[in-house]
Order: sequence, then structure tokens, then C-alpha cells
Amino acid sequence: MVNLGINIGDLSFKNPILTASGTCGYGPELDDFFDVSRLGGIVIKGTTLEPREGNAYPRMAETPSGMLNAVGLQNKGIDYFESHIYPVIRGYDTNIIVNVNGNTIDDYVALSKRIDKLDKIPAIELNISCPNVKQGGMIFGTNLDSARAVTKAVRSAYSKKLIVKLSPNVTNIVDFARVVEEEGADSISLINTLLGMSVDIERMKPSLSTITGGLSGPAIKPVALSMVWQVAKAVKIPIIGMGGIMTASDAIEFFLAGASAVQVGTATFIDPVAPVKILDGIERYLTLKGFSDIRELIGYLNRNPIK
Amino acid sequence: MTKHIDDLKVVENKLLTNDFCVIELKSENKLPVLSPGQFVQVKVEGSPETFLRRPISIHDVDYSGNRFKLLIQVLGKGTEMLYKLRVDDYLNVIYPLGNSFSIPEKKDRVLLIGGGTGIAPLLFLGKRLKENGLNPEFLLGFRNRSRVILIEEFSNIGKVHLTTEDGSYGEKGYVTHHSLLTSDSIDKIYCCGPDAMMHSVADYCRSKGIFCEVSLENLMACGFGICLCCIVNTTRGNLCTCTEGPVFNIKELKW
Repeated sequence: MVNLGINIGDLSFKNPILTASGTCGYGPELDDFFDVSRLGGIVIKGTTLEPREGNAYPRMAETPSGMLNAVGLQNKGIDYFESHIYPVIRGYDTNIIVNVNGNTIDDYVALSKRIDKLDKIPAIELNISCPNVKQGGMIFGTNLDSARAVTKAVRSAYSKKLIVKLSPNVTNIVDFARVVEEEGADSISLINTLLGMSVDIERMKPSLSTITGGLSGPAIKPVALSMVWQVAKAVKIPIIGMGGIMTASDAIEFFLAGASAVQVGTATFIDPVAPVKILDGIERYLTLKGFSDIRELIGYLNRNPIK
Repeated sequence: MTKHIDDLKVVENKLLTNDFCVIELKSENKLPVLSPGQFVQVKVEGSPETFLRRPISIHDVDYSGNRFKLLIQVLGKGTEMLYKLRVDDYLNVIYPLGNSFSIPEKKDRVLLIGGGTGIAPLLFLGKRLKENGLNPEFLLGFRNRSRVILIEEFSNIGKVHLTTEDGSYGEKGYVTHHSLLTSDSIDKIYCCGPDAMMHSVADYCRSKGIFCEVSLENLMACGFGICLCCIVNTTRGNLCTCTEGPVFNIKELKW
């Protein structure tokens, strides 16, 4: 038996596999395929104070080894979540994490306070990195002062575990990681999607209604991995890595580079059971390598001189 | 409804034209209940350009043999690879997905209108309607005579009315130009085809006050309601085509 458990502060995760926000709905959408309680956590879809309809169709374009999306935070809002979704999912035996969004710092704070009162939500993921909204989102995550201000404000308003999700669309992601750590984040998740674009040459128009969107999938994995590696060396708080993880091997690369946990995202669109396959694959790898604890893997590259 | 992820065996790939084929898949297990209008998500292996699954309508079902058919039109790399599948190849499929067409009352005169690959679910629907004691008729539109496919299969179920854009087979023009629509009284119309066709059929039905359901083919990543990419604007807000559709009553659509 290998130990797969990890911690963010005093919050325990039975294993380091989470589903990424926007790729698992609220959880029940995956009930047909596997028991989400097997996972360490689920990060449910981006939530806002008010209901949002998101961007116009088309919102998706397939690209080599990946896809662009421009969903734009379509969600039913916090009232609906509290009254209709939370009662259904609160029974899951896993860490349910809400991805929190807003147009203004006040929005982020107000939403975080609401979620703080929900006893079965032990953490939030502060989304300051959505590339598909005109206000808020990535605007906070690509300016150091804004990233500092929103993290600070939410930290003082929210009592449980605060994960901040960073944007890769910056000159130096390490600066952002340091700022959110200084302001009291308990963990950093990275990366959100990379800004991208695709053009339909038949229609001679952009493929997405929003022109640009967020690139995800294996195409971004090397970028994500290098950012996890850089950030892991620079901060002390645990890192949740993501970006193009399709297989257990992909996830293991992230652990070796310094991630304490990973989120599986786009892979679930293609193989809805990918998160549990990855979990099983990691366990097999640890056994094969003679490790008894996932923590032996985490940050291995940082502990062992690279010649 | 339980969704399945299965490797299904190709038992036949019938090439109809140089860009249309009908693939028959067989399950090792008992087929789940499949309904007309539902679709499957197939995984196309072998190229970084076919990263996502392809949503394909269920065309025909044979429960006794645990088989069902998919009508494929080659439109890009993914469908090109499907066209090249051979007997005994396997295809990884998530199914069944989506809702289904409603089943009308026996007294209704029902017309199934389709064009292009949109004719795929209409064969399955037509068979189901006939089993339910109705006499479905078909109105199928094609570009020209050389593009006309599957007429025998449809004729076995009900009367087939045809249009071609150049008049080389059936009446000339688009389906909405067909004399049937000006002369006869239809109670219910079910339509699947190119967007332009579905829009004009919807306009026709609205003007005549005819019940109409359309099956949409929006781009999607997942097929089971988590990516929120395949949305259509409805009276209930943006809804996922994959879970709330693909079949919608036109009264709901903000076209």
C-alpha cells in the first residue's frame, strides 16, 4: 500500500488528484462514469454572485493536441448553487472546492463570504486568470498590484483554505506566485489557459465568437510544467499543477517538478474516467518505483541535484 | 440514464459515395436503450488534429444483434479516418447521449425533413414511428442526383419526397420549396440538416403554426454537459445541445 494523501495546511486530501474547474460541472455530471468521491477533490465550475449566460456560440475550437474555449463563466450564480446544487453534492466524500469569480474586488469578497458559510466547502479557488471575460478574471491575474489587492481582500474575508489560480499570460509568473503567497494564500494552482486564437479559413472569420479564447490540452503541458517548476522553487506553499494532463505519466511529471497535487481538466472531456485512471496509474508507478508515499515524489527534482 | 464507454467492433463499413459511409458497430454486451435523436461520441485515434471526440447521430439500431449504425459524411480529418475504418477495427464510443424526438399521436400526419448527414437520425425515427402505428413520410433534400443516398432504406419505411437543388432528381429547389408543403396539411414536422435548412423549415412551421422539432449539430467538446461549449440560445437561456438537446422544439429556440 502506498500513501497518496497530501495536505494543504491542515486540510487533508485522500489523494492528489482533483478535477479542474469548468471540466467537471458540479460533480453529478460525472456520476454516470465514476464515483467522484474516489478523488482528492473536485473544483466545481466558475461561480459568480449573479447568474451568467457566458459568451455567444461558437465557444470552442479544436486545435492540434488541444482546444480553445471561450465559455465565459456561464453559471447559475451563488443563490442557485446554494439552494439547488450544494444540497445535492454536499454528501460527496471528497473536498469540494468552489472556483470564485467576480468583476470587482467587492464581488470576490462578497462571494467568498457566502461560500465561507457552507460547511462542506473547505476551500475556494480564487480565479484571477479567466481569459474569457471582459471584466475581472485575467485582469486581476496579469497585474501584480491587482493580484495583491484581490488576494488580500479575500484573505481577510474568508476563513478556510484559499487557493489562488494563476494566469500563464504574464511575463514572470513567479512574481505573481510570491505576491499571493505574501498575502496569505494557502496554495497556488496553475496554470489557467493560455490566450489563443484560431481562424476558420472557409468562413474567413475567427473560429470563436470572442475572437480569442483559452488554450488547454496537451499542447500547453510543457509550458505548464516549466511554470510549476519555477513557482515551486520560489514559494513555500503547496502547488496544484495543471495543464494538459492526460495520463498518469503527465501527472507524475508535475509531481516531480514540484506540484503537491494536480488537476485533470480537458482530458475528462475526451475520457470521462481519465481522473481515476490517472489516480490508479500513479499508484502503480509508486509501487513499481518502490515508493511508499506520494510525498517522496513531490518536488523530487528540487531535492535532487540535476546534473 | 446510464452512459457507457465501450470499445465497439466495426462489423460493416458500407461506402455509399466517395464521402458518405454507413458504419455498423457491434457491442459484446446487450445494447442499452437507444432513442431516435440520440448520438454517440466516437474517439478518432491517430492524429493530434483529432483531439476531441466526434459526435455522431444514431442512424439505425438492431437490438437482436446488439448493433447500431452511424452515417458518416467526410468533412474533415476525423470523419476521413472514420470513412477508412475496416471490419474488425474497434471504435471507442461514449453512448447514448442527448435527448430524443417526441413520439406523436397515431392520428398525426408526420413529415421528417432532412438533408446531408442530417438524414441520419430520421431513419431511426421513421422506424420508431412506424412501430408506433404511424405512417411517417420523408422529405429529403440533396444538392444533385449524384448526392442522393439511402433512398431505398427510407422508402421501406414510408413515402419519400425529394428535392435536388438543380432539379436532377425529385422537385427542383430546397426542401421548403417542395409542393407538399404548399398543398398538404402536415401535423408535425421533425427536421435535421444543415443550419440554413433547419432555419427555413422552422420559419415555415412558425408561419403555419405547425409543431416542429429540430435536431442541432453544434460543436461540442465533451458531449455530456461539462464543457458548456455547445450551447444554443433558448427561452430558458443558454442550454447545452448535448444534454438538453440535440432535439429542441422550435418554440424554445431564439432563432
